[in-house]
Amino acid sequence: MTQAFRIENEGLINRAKKLSFKFNGKTYFGYEGDTLASALLANGVHLVGRSFKYHRPRGFFGAGVDEPYAIVQLFRNGETEPNIKATEQELFEGLEAKSVNCWPSVNFDIGAINNFLRIFLPAGFYYKTFMWPKSFWYRIYEPFIRKAAGLGVASTKHDKERYEHKYEYCDLLIAGSGPSGLAGAYAAAKNGAKVILAEDKPRFGGSLLTSDVNIGNQSGKDWAEGIIAELKTMPNVVVKNRSQIFGYYDHNMLVMSEKVSDHLPSTKKYHPNKRLWYIRAKEVLISSGSIERPIVFGNNDTPGVMLSSAAKEYLKVYGVLVGRKPLVFTNNDSGYETAIEFKKHGVDPVVLDSRKNSESEIIDEAKNLGINIKNSYVVVAAQGYKKVKSADIASISEDKKQLGKIENIQCDCICVSGFWTPTIHLASQSGNKTKFKEEIDAFVPGQSKQNEITLGAANGVFSLEETLKSSFTAGSELSKKITENDNKIAIPNVVEKKSSQHDKFWCVPLPKGKNYKRFLDFQNDVAVSDVEIALREGYRSIEHVKRYTTLGMATDQGKTSNLNGLQLVSEIENKVVPAVGHTTFRPPYTPVSIGAIVGREVGKHTKPTRKSPMHSWHEKNNAVFVDAGVWLRPRYYKRGNENLFEASKREAKNVRTNVGVCDVTTLGKIDIKGPDAAELLNRVYTNAWLKLPVGKARYGVMLREDGIVMDDGTTTRISENHYHMTTTTAQAANVLSHLEYYLQLVWPELNVNVVSTTEQWAGAAIAGPKSRDLLRKLFTNLDVSNEGLPFMGYMEGDLFGVKARIFRISFSGELAYEVNVESHYGNFMWEKIMEVGEEFNIQPYGTEALSTLRIEMGHVAGSELDGRTIPFDNALEGLVSKKKDFIGKRSLQRTAFTAEDRQRIVGVVPLDKQTSIPEGSHLVKDDKAPLPNPKLGHISASCWSVEYDNPFSLAILKDGKNMIGQKLFAMSPLKNKVIPVEIVSSHYVDPKGERVRS
Amino acid sequence: MLYINCPHCGMRSQNEFSYGGDASVKRPELNKEVSDQEWDNFVYNRKSLRGKHLELWQHISGCRQWIKVERDTVTHEIFRTFKADEEVA
Repeated sequence: MTQAFRIENEGLINRAKKLSFKFNGKTYFGYEGDTLASALLANGVHLVGRSFKYHRPRGFFGAGVDEPYAIVQLFRNGETEPNIKATEQELFEGLEAKSVNCWPSVNFDIGAINNFLRIFLPAGFYYKTFMWPKSFWYRIYEPFIRKAAGLGVASTKHDKERYEHKYEYCDLLIAGSGPSGLAGAYAAAKNGAKVILAEDKPRFGGSLLTSDVNIGNQSGKDWAEGIIAELKTMPNVVVKNRSQIFGYYDHNMLVMSEKVSDHLPSTKKYHPNKRLWYIRAKEVLISSGSIERPIVFGNNDTPGVMLSSAAKEYLKVYGVLVGRKPLVFTNNDSGYETAIEFKKHGVDPVVLDSRKNSESEIIDEAKNLGINIKNSYVVVAAQGYKKVKSADIASISEDKKQLGKIENIQCDCICVSGFWTPTIHLASQSGNKTKFKEEIDAFVPGQSKQNEITLGAANGVFSLEETLKSSFTAGSELSKKITENDNKIAIPNVVEKKSSQHDKFWCVPLPKGKNYKRFLDFQNDVAVSDVEIALREGYRSIEHVKRYTTLGMATDQGKTSNLNGLQLVSEIENKVVPAVGHTTFRPPYTPVSIGAIVGREVGKHTKPTRKSPMHSWHEKNNAVFVDAGVWLRPRYYKRGNENLFEASKREAKNVRTNVGVCDVTTLGKIDIKGPDAAELLNRVYTNAWLKLPVGKARYGVMLREDGIVMDDGTTTRISENHYHMTTTTAQAANVLSHLEYYLQLVWPELNVNVVSTTEQWAGAAIAGPKSRDLLRKLFTNLDVSNEGLPFMGYMEGDLFGVKARIFRISFSGELAYEVNVESHYGNFMWEKIMEVGEEFNIQPYGTEALSTLRIEMGHVAGSELDGRTIPFDNALEGLVSKKKDFIGKRSLQRTAFTAEDRQRIVGVVPLDKQTSIPEGSHLVKDDKAPLPNPKLGHISASCWSVEYDNPFSLAILKDGKNMIGQKLFAMSPLKNKVIPVEIVSSHYVDPKGERVRS
Repeated sequence: MLYINCPHCGMRSQNEFSYGGDASVKRPELNKEVSDQEWDNFVYNRKSLRGKHLELWQHISGCRQWIKVERDTVTHEIFRTFKADEEVA
């Protein structure tokens, strides 16, 4: 293909580098520096997609971020990405893209039938049409709508690209590198401020790239280049292109998405695809410019109709003519600038100006060039289906209500200018209360809430001279506050052409007998008639109109449609626009890749992984790991072809008959020191702590203030004013915060310090009837007899030269000890235990066997202490002191907590002694009862009892105390199981607790 | 994201802190008779204030100190911050 619409000697593209690309399977050529849009237009391709609702043919409307509908599916380096604006995607060698929202092809789209059915698809048609019968929604309507709609397909593959997050702090952040941004950045940088200048496009300069102005005897473009070059050399300035600031959050935190690699055929090694910047700025200068506003007329969505500023940008930046017979339709002088550029490149435009007469330097220039200008003329409707072929035009009366005789003129594009809308999204997101500026018929930022200032076109100021003046001054003033430097900058001379007043006209009336669609929102296919319907049906609030009609929604966020929508509502309602108000601008301003938001926190990096010092030993010995909070713990140690069930049974059985060792490093540990330590424990735990002797451990339960059990564990008195507290693995962090809360805020008079020592100690639980024999051989010079180290006793010892703490505590219900050494010696300790334990047939056991052992003993754990149970429910009421006060005690008097038939922990055994009961099963009286079958309780934990060789479960059961011996059913609809069960005591094994004391 | 002035560490981002609720709530003294209503007010009943609110935050990924923060619940503006034992005037 030849690039038939490319012209010589114009544009900023690199003609030395020709690139090939594919669109909808067809190969084209463009140049380095093109966007996909400019390259397609250079090849005369205007049809890029189908509209969202009616599947009408759509082309290019803008040339950048404002583009509402040239959205494509991109294929790059074996990956695919939806929702890419062709006007933003830079061309690279081998780029492939496809149209979206059309089937089977953009040229022949079956969905276009909606365009003829549109009478049946008015505003709110989803709400009205697909309501009955209700069951049809899931089976018929929704799948159909899903297939027919949509702006592309997300890849289902794992994303190979890397995305980075970066935190940055600066004195002044500047959003947009147009004249205002450049001036502000330059002035602030000269004062030594730390400046970040962000530009969403590849090229800096904003409007200076396309406007015919002079700054300091240079063209605007050359001046911009000079400023950028100088800023780049300054160490206190960060200049970023391809970087969109899309969100303005609390306390001057702004977020920017930097496209690092999207313009390249593939991402460079060690480079991210995108980088998300979290920027905390002392001051923010919003210089986001403005977006040209469309004028609404019939079939104004036909490919070939576009903003006049876009046509100018395609010409000046990319050297592309969007047509050879352009019609310019304007209500202000901007249209003339585009017409002049056409004329200068040998193309004869026709200008329709809705104003009766207007005079300015720009218009004089157009007249001098001999451009055909028709005043008081409007485009009534574009003609042509897949491309503009001609336009119906007519004169219009002064009150803009009466059209003259319709004439048809040939044209191949219609460039529209309905004046300019300041881009106030960021200012509005910051909390700025916007105000309506009559002179420009648009909202501008009003009162700042945060440290932000909006200047230039974004503030409704369209004079370059004024913009530069205010921006140089603001840059100086803002930076002076911070750096206290005051370098004066001479404001350069500006030569620009003066404009005349624009016309408030924005919508062409329908001619008699015609029913043209006149679109307000191009992305969401919202036409004038849809908003009219919404108002007829009683929608008044602009927020409701937005949601009912979808005006200003989706990725476009009303960039081109917002104000025209408001104008329409205000006209129908007979209100002024500020009385209608605008909808809320919410971040993100433009679509942001999910990958960029997620950053590096994917796969293993979604959370930290904590490993015990013995981890490598477990790995070498075939441990199968399980996530326990952020810890990795051995679930079981696989031997041969064993499965989880077989291995855990073997391990648990070995604890009951010989001795086992379990890594308990993950238990939370808190070191408590100070003269009031005992008093703190006495207030935190439900039982009494003041009389615990040195060298003794005690089991304790702590409550929240609402009486619910928070955590349990043992605490040991190491010396007079020194305690070692253990918590469950899951609650470690919460318990520490809990203690700190009371010490710092509630009882600051207590002289106690607490600190987490979870990572300082490695722990091994040694459990089983032979554990004492093993301990004797580990600590040969200690008396570890039942008298020397009784149950709940504590001593310190020497483990082959390593200082160790020995606690006689038991979770398994067997005779058991816990040995702690400093973490670095954890592996040494473990290997010694395994080595010395060999003669006693020691085996390591994982969390699965650990659970089995505690369940059949009726010891509670996280599945019973689930944030819904009180001590009584867990058969722990014996630990609740009646004498002293403690955290949460008062709540235990609540009526529900003292009820006679209060839920309580019980044991559950299947009648057949064979069927394991799924955890979470509900206990019911009658398995045949109609739904909802009253639930009496639930299974909290299940195991295979190694003591009795049958399944055993724990349950929290209503009136559990009086239910022992009852026959119930355990029902698990999820697993489709109904199991007849018998309720037994939760202490299934060794109910008197003799073993731990043996 | 809020920017909180920890009275011990200086300006820090919100993600270093965890929220702790209304700082004006006083726990009833230990061993004191408390009516159901008083206790419910302490444990459950909170005002959902619009405007200036004194609240607790813990600098959990920093100095671990609980601090008091005077913040506007509408604008999120932070007026002052205090150490746990500082009197709020």
